Amino acid sequence: MRNFLLVLSLGLVMGLVFWAYRENYKTQAEVADLRALQSEVGGLRESLGVLNAEWAYLNRPDRLRELADINFARLGLLPLTPEQFGEVAQVPYPVAQSPELTADPALPPDDATATENAIVAALEDTP
Amino acid sequence: MIRTPLRPLARILSARAKGENPDAIERANLQARHEIIRDRSRIMAEGRLMILGFGFFTCFSLIGVQMGVVAATEPAEPPSASVGPAIAAQRADIVDRSGRILATNLVTHALYAQPKMMIDPVGAAEKLALIFPDLDAEQLKKDFSGTRKFLWIKRKISPEQMQQVHEIGDPGLLFGPREMRLYPNGALASHILGGAAFGREGVESAEVIGTAGVEKTFDGWLRDPANGGAPLQLSLDLTIQATVEEVLDGGMKLMNAKGAAAVLMDVHTGEVIAMASLPDFDPNERPQPLTKGSPTDSPLFNRAVQGVYELGSTYKLFALAQALDLGLVTPTTLMDTKSPMVWGKFRIHDFHNYGPSNTVTEVIVKSSNIGTAHIAQLIGSARQQTFLKSLGLLEATPIELVEAPTGKPLLPRKWSDLSTLTISYGHGIAASPLHLAAAYASIVNGGTKVSPTILKSDAIQQGPRVISEQTSATARGILRQVVVRGTASFGDVPGYSVGGKTGTADKPLPKGGYAKDKVIATFASFFPSYDPKYVLIVTLDEPVEASGDEPRRTAGWTSVPVAAEMIRRIGPLLGLRPEVEPTPDPTLTLAKN
Repeated sequence: MRNFLLVLSLGLVMGLVFWAYRENYKTQAEVADLRALQSEVGGLRESLGVLNAEWAYLNRPDRLRELADINFARLGLLPLTPEQFGEVAQVPYPVAQSPELTADPALPPDDATATENAIVAALEDTP
Repeated sequence: MIRTPLRPLARILSARAKGENPDAIERANLQARHEIIRDRSRIMAEGRLMILGFGFFTCFSLIGVQMGVVAATEPAEPPSASVGPAIAAQRADIVDRSGRILATNLVTHALYAQPKMMIDPVGAAEKLALIFPDLDAEQLKKDFSGTRKFLWIKRKISPEQMQQVHEIGDPGLLFGPREMRLYPNGALASHILGGAAFGREGVESAEVIGTAGVEKTFDGWLRDPANGGAPLQLSLDLTIQATVEEVLDGGMKLMNAKGAAAVLMDVHTGEVIAMASLPDFDPNERPQPLTKGSPTDSPLFNRAVQGVYELGSTYKLFALAQALDLGLVTPTTLMDTKSPMVWGKFRIHDFHNYGPSNTVTEVIVKSSNIGTAHIAQLIGSARQQTFLKSLGLLEATPIELVEAPTGKPLLPRKWSDLSTLTISYGHGIAASPLHLAAAYASIVNGGTKVSPTILKSDAIQQGPRVISEQTSATARGILRQVVVRGTASFGDVPGYSVGGKTGTADKPLPKGGYAKDKVIATFASFFPSYDPKYVLIVTLDEPVEASGDEPRRTAGWTSVPVAAEMIRRIGPLLGLRPEVEPTPDPTLTLAKN
């Protein structure tokens, strides 16, 4: 019994030592990882700053104005003017796509009734 | 240790002689010995237990204390982690009201030399002079071969130049990282942003400090790491600022002016949406201040804030508003406009003769100096001073620019009765266009004082009341008439219902007196006139409109068309829909018999 306890506690100690050893190295690896990540974040933030600056530089109003002037033939861009504001009421109501209800204006109404009568007669004639 | 024998011979013999069992003696002795052993080991075990207990107690206390400390402290990254490279962007960005970048940082390098470490100083000097044409090879050779241990060669170099220097391959040429301030929009809003320069310099880094404008005003804030890199948000709008500068530049050239300024301000919040002063400069390459001549001719001079000018007839609004508010006049009161008006030795003239008398509305619409002077007489000197003070026209503007305190209005040394008369039509008192913008905003927004600000703030300013809401509405109506049928008729922009007042003032000569053919032409406008949202001031310095038979210099011919074009362009950008002006309800028209 005493030997068993001794072996058990020894095993426990060995296990704990192994665990502590592993934790220690894991922590060091994490810290190294963190440092690498942080330097990456720093680098990325720096390049983000450069990209933002470049974006702002490329989008500066002077350049956009020049580009709009150069490409006027293709784009036809002009400064926004008050005339470009509109009311909803100014937009024409969409034309209904349904077929016209009245008879074709090319046909005189008399002809239309005559045609209709002929069709009705033809239908009645069929057995 | 002397062991007591278990069977002492003497006692055994005597016990045997008595016929007793000698084993009993042995047992008794053995028992006594066991008792001694037991007592001793008990003491020892107790001692060990004590030590063990103490050990356990110490260990557990340590663990407990550590747990307490861990639980009580703020979570933080392990200190070893923060040793990494310093994160860039030490100075905060400056952005406009919708977050577009106005100023940011860029990492570059500075080039320095340690001549002691150089292998080929002469060759390096020659190659450097090839890369940087502005460097002198002879001077560099002298520096490199002398006794100097360290010298700066270039403060800022581009990545391409850095590569070329790398290719020289001399170990004595070294690079230090630098943060450089970049204004990607060039000259846009240059007077507001100001500029930045290097402060104290080290090999590994250099301080970037603001030298003018908001960069200097908020220098501490921009450099404070506690803000967590939050940008400084200004009230400017990049698009509108660009449009204002473009139109102002075109207008200045068209009107042959030597300088121009424009201020666009929100009448309720006091935010400056756009502010331009021409000529301007590129803050990336901030020019040196002029060493000779007037500093007001330098492109660094901010005409909108620092430039104090006699703003002429635009001041007539203040006399009108005060007289209306005090109940001294109504829009239909007849004022004497007989020309010339004589005051002591001084004569006051009008641009034209407007007849013997005019109503107050006509006095403003036709811009009669004499009529306004008569209104000022009714008000009096003391009340006029108090009113102008309440509008902020007697002290420097509180705008957050480092130059603001230098834009202090020029006042008459002694505020005489004559001063009261001339000040009523804007002569004998000088203020900046920004002063005028704030004062106009205070009058047309319903009558509460507005202080100009360059920082974004959505809250409506609840300033002290300067005039009543009714007076404000009447004044707006009269100023609208100035545009509809008065001196500013070129200022009518269909759909935006512009109201405003022109002002043309002769420029004072440095030796005293006034120039005959040099004027400051100002148009102070606001729109829409029935519910004002923005105030726009356009000032041209020495404009001449030369399309007619004789040169025209009045604001109506110079500043007003420029301002009208500006409103036509920025109105849609401000999100203002052109609207038909509401006409007064016909059922409520006042009828008089």
